[in-house]
Amino acid sequence: MAWTREDMAARAALELQDGFYVNLGIGIPTLVANYIPDGMSVTLQSENGMLGMGPFPFEGEADADLINAGKQTITELAQSSYFSSSDSFAMIRGGHINLSILGGMQVAENGDLANWMVPGKMVKGMGGAMDLVAGVRRVVVVMDHCEKTGAPKVLKRCNLPLTGAGVVDLLITDLGVFEIDRKAGGMRLTALATDVSLEEITAKTEAEFVVAL
Amino acid sequence: MVQKVHSDADAALAGLLFDGMTVMAGGFGLCGIPENLIAAMRLAGVRDLTVVSNNCGIDGFGLGILLESGQIKKMISSYVGENKLFEKLYLSGELELEFNPQGTLAERIRAGGAGIPAFFTKTGVGTLVSEGKEIRNFDGDDYVMERGLVADLSIIKAWKGDTEGNLVYRKTARNFNPMMATAGKACVVEVEHLVEPGQLDPDNIHTPGIYVDRIIAGARFEKRIERVTTRPRDTTSGKDAV
Repeated sequence: MAWTREDMAARAALELQDGFYVNLGIGIPTLVANYIPDGMSVTLQSENGMLGMGPFPFEGEADADLINAGKQTITELAQSSYFSSSDSFAMIRGGHINLSILGGMQVAENGDLANWMVPGKMVKGMGGAMDLVAGVRRVVVVMDHCEKTGAPKVLKRCNLPLTGAGVVDLLITDLGVFEIDRKAGGMRLTALATDVSLEEITAKTEAEFVVAL
Repeated sequence: MVQKVHSDADAALAGLLFDGMTVMAGGFGLCGIPENLIAAMRLAGVRDLTVVSNNCGIDGFGLGILLESGQIKKMISSYVGENKLFEKLYLSGELELEFNPQGTLAERIRAGGAGIPAFFTKTGVGTLVSEGKEIRNFDGDDYVMERGLVADLSIIKAWKGDTEGNLVYRKTARNFNPMMATAGKACVVEVEHLVEPGQLDPDNIHTPGIYVDRIIAGARFEKRIERVTTRPRDTTSGKDAV
């Protein structure tokens, strides 16, 4: 019994701190917003040009001019602000965003991340992911530990085109949590998911890691 | 006296279109796209276009209609995930595609419009994006050189504009429009509300009229939404979904 998507989002929410400006990627990272602790002030940035993302609108109140980076309709808050894409990425590239939580296809023990294309098969594009991992102060990746085929996704080296080299600080999968030293390289397993054994996670991980439970 | 206001999209594009040209089109997904001008380009039949836009619309709407008609030769974009035809044409080699990271794309356009031919960014270092480009180390970190980007024409969507071309965008429909307005040799704008000078607050102009050559009140705004996402009305905390 590994972690569910909700469990992974809840674990990722432990990385939030009061006063943080945070960018959440599409998919499981979006769910992290549901786990912001009461009393904690976290401002969500949407890279298409908004700070202070509010919840989804009520039915019938969707505004075509107000979407998040996943193209979903959202709402504004009293403290929201809007800006251009170049201003948005100035915030990101300039290191003004505290935390980026995004999805992944592969993560390597040296902190490399791949999440934007499978050559010849799937090409969606990197969107803002390359800028986020290059510029945001702390980068957390949330993804399934293995492919649906069972193939490992936590690798010695990524074999898909990279989104960033040496950029991941923390990896949360359905099987556990790894800290990555992105300067020196090297992974430390710091938590196991519910009912997951060290044997299981070791068998399903290609990357070398130190056990620091 | 120079008259920036034109009667409709066809008139506003008259004399500006030619085969093989480069066009910047504002918008993020379907949000803030110049839908009237895109439709007019489809009717004009101009071909072999290089289009700079974050996305390429969806199947059947936005820039997607120029893909369907085979008018686009090359796209410069950051994300094509929502457009199946785009992915198919690219994977089969019928469409050229230059992927730019979204922030690099935005900055290339900003730089192009500001007369800056190139800049260095950390984004993409060590990835396919930096291959063949100059890498330089500043203060211990590697950066890749990216070029400023300009176009023959930029087509822009704003919420309000006055007859002098001063523009105001609305919410997240701003996105790439302000930078693109500065980077086209010609800039044509469609607005939802065309007003007289004095009706916009000069302190709250997003794009000053100097960048705008032609402006129209759009005939029709469909403003499609890609993913209408709502929450039930009994939600009180507002934290249930973002």
